[in-house]
Amino acid sequence: MSKLSIKDQTLNISGKIVIANITVLLKDFDHKFGKEKISKLNLKDVEEIDGAGVSFIETILDRNKLTSESLENGNPTIMKTIEIFKTIKGESAVKPVPDNIFVKTGDNFLSFIKQIVDGLYLASDTIWWSITGIVNKKGRRKGSVTEQAIAIGLDALPIVALLSFVIGFILTLQSGFQLQKFGANVYIADLLSISIVREMGPLITAIIIAGRSGSAIASEIATMKVTEEIDALKMMALNPIKYVIVPKFHAITLTMPILVAFSILISMGAGLLISVGFLDVALEVYISRSINILAVKDIIITLIKTITFSWLIVIIGAYYGMKVTGGAEGVGKATTSSVVTSIFAVILADAAFSLIYL
Amino acid sequence: MKKDIIIKTTDLVAKYGDNIVLDGISVEMYKGEVTVILGTSGCGKTTLLKNILRMYQPFSGKVEIFGEEVLNLDDDQFNEILKRTGMLFQNGALLNSITVYDNVAIPLEQHTNLTREIIDRIIKTKLHLVNLDHAVYLTPSELSGGMKKRAALARALALEPEILFCDEPSAGLDPVTSADLDKLIINLKNQLNMSMVIVTHELASIHRIADRIIYLHKGKLLFAGTLDQAKKSGIPQVEEFFEIGSF
Repeated sequence: MSKLSIKDQTLNISGKIVIANITVLLKDFDHKFGKEKISKLNLKDVEEIDGAGVSFIETILDRNKLTSESLENGNPTIMKTIEIFKTIKGESAVKPVPDNIFVKTGDNFLSFIKQIVDGLYLASDTIWWSITGIVNKKGRRKGSVTEQAIAIGLDALPIVALLSFVIGFILTLQSGFQLQKFGANVYIADLLSISIVREMGPLITAIIIAGRSGSAIASEIATMKVTEEIDALKMMALNPIKYVIVPKFHAITLTMPILVAFSILISMGAGLLISVGFLDVALEVYISRSINILAVKDIIITLIKTITFSWLIVIIGAYYGMKVTGGAEGVGKATTSSVVTSIFAVILADAAFSLIYL
Repeated sequence: MKKDIIIKTTDLVAKYGDNIVLDGISVEMYKGEVTVILGTSGCGKTTLLKNILRMYQPFSGKVEIFGEEVLNLDDDQFNEILKRTGMLFQNGALLNSITVYDNVAIPLEQHTNLTREIIDRIIKTKLHLVNLDHAVYLTPSELSGGMKKRAALARALALEPEILFCDEPSAGLDPVTSADLDKLIINLKNQLNMSMVIVTHELASIHRIADRIIYLHKGKLLFAGTLDQAKKSGIPQVEEFFEIGSF
């Protein structure tokens, strides 16, 4: 058991000064001798001391503005432990003060501008190498485009199909029964055709691909970056953009339009089931109306839109992957940011397309 | 003088799938000593350490820490034992999202009722001990490999452990830092009577710190004894290990 007592401004400490009992000791000290003046600490009866015990002694010294010279009578082992564990004043790092709101806002704005500039650089590099990469296949692994096309396109097919079916189903139910009130059942085909081909198909597919493949692209590249694989490629005189990003770029450019077409077909199929089954629309009428309402322009816009979305997804994923800092935690952050940003960018681009081609 | 046994394993067998990694290991480690677990890569050194600490469940055998049979304890009881030990992982294993200061604070805040004033001082003391005064408020991603390891050591020492486990403490450190670390280990042993279990390859370090050697070879215990005994053991693999280092 440890004890404190005071005599002639000397604090006598006895027993064990270890982590288990310093809370009690400090409370005891505050309670009994908090206001007493102390000029010396007598350690004669200290039996044992550990690192936390040294912290206790230093706290008492500090509060009374004393130095270690005020310690007396400690046996050599105790004094050596104190020597090993003592902190040295003034050398500790200063706790950083958080920036004020103006500095923060300015910093955020500047880093936003920098992000956009960096993103554009990466985009231009990627697009350049992707175009030259069509003819010049040097500098990337054989079969990598096929591999990526399977990962980004084929593997996403089931989830795209399922969601497209559900969306088509919901859209038909929601709008069909409203039209029915006015006896305009038959226009459901026109409505579905326009909304799914021009809007829902590309958008839904892009959002799924951004969540699924965009995150995979970002996390793969980010992991390569933190484990120095990207640097290793550079040191083998390879261009990481050509080796890692271009195959993904080609693969997504090829597969996204196919996925969107597939998604449109499935959604229209779901619409057909509801329309023919519950809204008294004849099968032939549904098919002919949904095809006739579409203009070539609609198909072309959808294609352009789809390719734009796919490029946004791959470039944003690659950008966040490439700029990752820190270890495993950085990879997680990069992935999250890439998904959020690419979904945001896809929706923004969609709005822009809607404005341009009304 | 009879020494207190602090860790004891009896016929410890560990497997990865069907692959036997530790084959009937029976060793004793003593209080206030530095026990070094040695062996070539892949011989099961880290596995032994992790089986002792229940990070992996041994296939069969017994492990005693502080005289208690740990494999039979429930989680709460085992946590009480863990609070009396510290572990330094190979790559530090610091929590990356918080500062070095907060990393060292975790065990102190969670397992003690110390006041903020003392906690703050203990953290700074521990970081001073490992020469990281300048890095208190940095995050682990801003530290070099060696600094991470030293910060992790400060965290392992936070609760004044009775046993310190270290998995390759000096791997990847420069010789000067490595020697400083060894000095710290010796100081902790001498001043606080701390026991250490260290997995390492570094011969220079072994010569400086080791009291006792446990040599594993292909999952089997080849030798257990003092450093001097190891050098004259007459076991070819063990002697070769020390000879290669004296080239």
